[in-house]
Amino acid sequence: MPSIRQNPIPESVPDFSNLGVTARALVAVNLLALFVALLTEPDWSNTLAAFVMKAALFEPALLASLTMLYAAAPWLRRLGYWSGCALIIAVVLACATATQFVLGQFSAADLVRTLVLAAATTALVLAYLRLHTRAHSPALAEARLQALQARIRPHFLFNSLNAVLALIRSDPRRAERTLEDLAELFRALMSDGRNLVRLADEIALIERYAAIEQLRLGERLRMSWDLDQAPVDAALPALVLQPLLENAIYHGVEPGTGIGDVLVRIERRDDRVQVLIENPWCEPASGARAGNHMALDNIRERLMLFFDDEARLESSVERGRYRVQIDIPYRRSA
Amino acid sequence: MSGELRIYIADDEAPARARLKELLSDIRDELATTVVGESASGLEVIERLPGSAAQVLLLDIQMPGIGGIELARHLCALEDAPAVIFVTAHDRHAVEAFELNALDYLMKPVRAERLAAALKKSLASGPAPRERLERAAGGGAREFFSVAERNRIVLVPVSEVLFLKAELKYVTLRTKAGEHLIEEPLVSIEREFAARFVRVHRNCLVARAAIRGFERVAGGSDEEPHWEVVLEGVAERLPVSRRQWPTLKGVLPESPG
Repeated sequence: MPSIRQNPIPESVPDFSNLGVTARALVAVNLLALFVALLTEPDWSNTLAAFVMKAALFEPALLASLTMLYAAAPWLRRLGYWSGCALIIAVVLACATATQFVLGQFSAADLVRTLVLAAATTALVLAYLRLHTRAHSPALAEARLQALQARIRPHFLFNSLNAVLALIRSDPRRAERTLEDLAELFRALMSDGRNLVRLADEIALIERYAAIEQLRLGERLRMSWDLDQAPVDAALPALVLQPLLENAIYHGVEPGTGIGDVLVRIERRDDRVQVLIENPWCEPASGARAGNHMALDNIRERLMLFFDDEARLESSVERGRYRVQIDIPYRRSA
Repeated sequence: MSGELRIYIADDEAPARARLKELLSDIRDELATTVVGESASGLEVIERLPGSAAQVLLLDIQMPGIGGIELARHLCALEDAPAVIFVTAHDRHAVEAFELNALDYLMKPVRAERLAAALKKSLASGPAPRERLERAAGGGAREFFSVAERNRIVLVPVSEVLFLKAELKYVTLRTKAGEHLIEEPLVSIEREFAARFVRVHRNCLVARAAIRGFERVAGGSDEEPHWEVVLEGVAERLPVSRRQWPTLKGVLPESPG
């Protein structure tokens, strides 16, 4: 029995529909070729020429392979790790053979050499991608994730408790509901940050959160929700939206003297999920209410851990409104 | 005065104000109070508190418009300034400052016993001296100047002030809209707002942002030639003293050499 809690690293076939994976494979192969050129050509001036010569031969095969793998990504995802790797090597070999044939340099000896080189290169790239995944795997990133996990502001907790106390005598039912909302919010906050959750659950969570803020701030907070096109079955890391909404209210509504309009829009565009959270832009007072960018960087990093380079998080100020936009791949949650 | 302690409540959250009122009625047997006013914003407190005859102000420090500590500093100018008890949900820096400077404060959620104790204490000690509030502000610059007019306070946003001119006992604040008199030494203003105002003359500070340029004025028969500041928004020009000119030259990138 293991004495320490161990998380077996889930091995999954590299996802070639992910831009990050494809880019890494592309760079790795070209670097490899450059090293080979450096090794074989003692003269610096000839190195580049040698590299270009070699590139002309392997580049078509490489690009064809990546294209095929991109197309095959949905099937590859369903395979086990080793059978997936075998299939990837097979695809690369097929592409290498085909391009060799098309380029008209078809001799049996040449072909064998090409295939051995292609197989070895593919194996190297796969090994590199495996190492990379491990380095960023949820198990190893756990500590980092927990440190990154959104923490609710104490300011919010104490003010909410105070608001509930004020309700207990005048409106006990609403006080009960608010405590239930608070409990649910904290259950989510204390849950495992490594999990992917359904968008529907995350939406329910931010609606509860908004209800508590509404109680505190009354008419100063005017929420609008545009969720009709939201893909409720999409998977996303837990607690990505709540800190953003918390920021919107903390920085955009609380410091203002008037009514603060906050908009949440979630929609699916093709195979992307797009989130927009918008609030009034308040000039940050000197020193006070800092730390917004830390929260944004934190969420961006968490998105990266799950979606690699396929996730985007951008913030901007436009016509007096502060906007945060998230763009992540649409994946159905299991 | 009758036995009831007159209290003013300032908090931007309605439930928080309701809670304080509940607690005040809970401690009625121990300490009789009456709420003479409540506000959801600091600027409203400045406007309404002076007429309310409040003896104690329960003041949330995180309110829109103006910070709690700065608000308390301006209230000091009132003839019958109330004692202030700060209320905060969670602000470690503020709490540290309160502790260091012996200012009364309560943490949300507030307990009835603590509220009663704080009210009694503040009644005994009266309003906190301005210096302690200034120290609690940690040397941070204010966002408003306050002008005390009889028993009334007018706030002038620091950002609207174009220049300040010392005349005898007073300093005149000049904004686009008009003029105000304040009783503060120019030297301390210069120190507090070093980033915003620059000295052009022994008796005059000018907002850096308002400087449009400098103009050379040929001296008359009994006058030496000198420089003048041309300001954004007002026609008035201000003489630059010979002593200040060398430091002023660098204020504008396009200023004459």
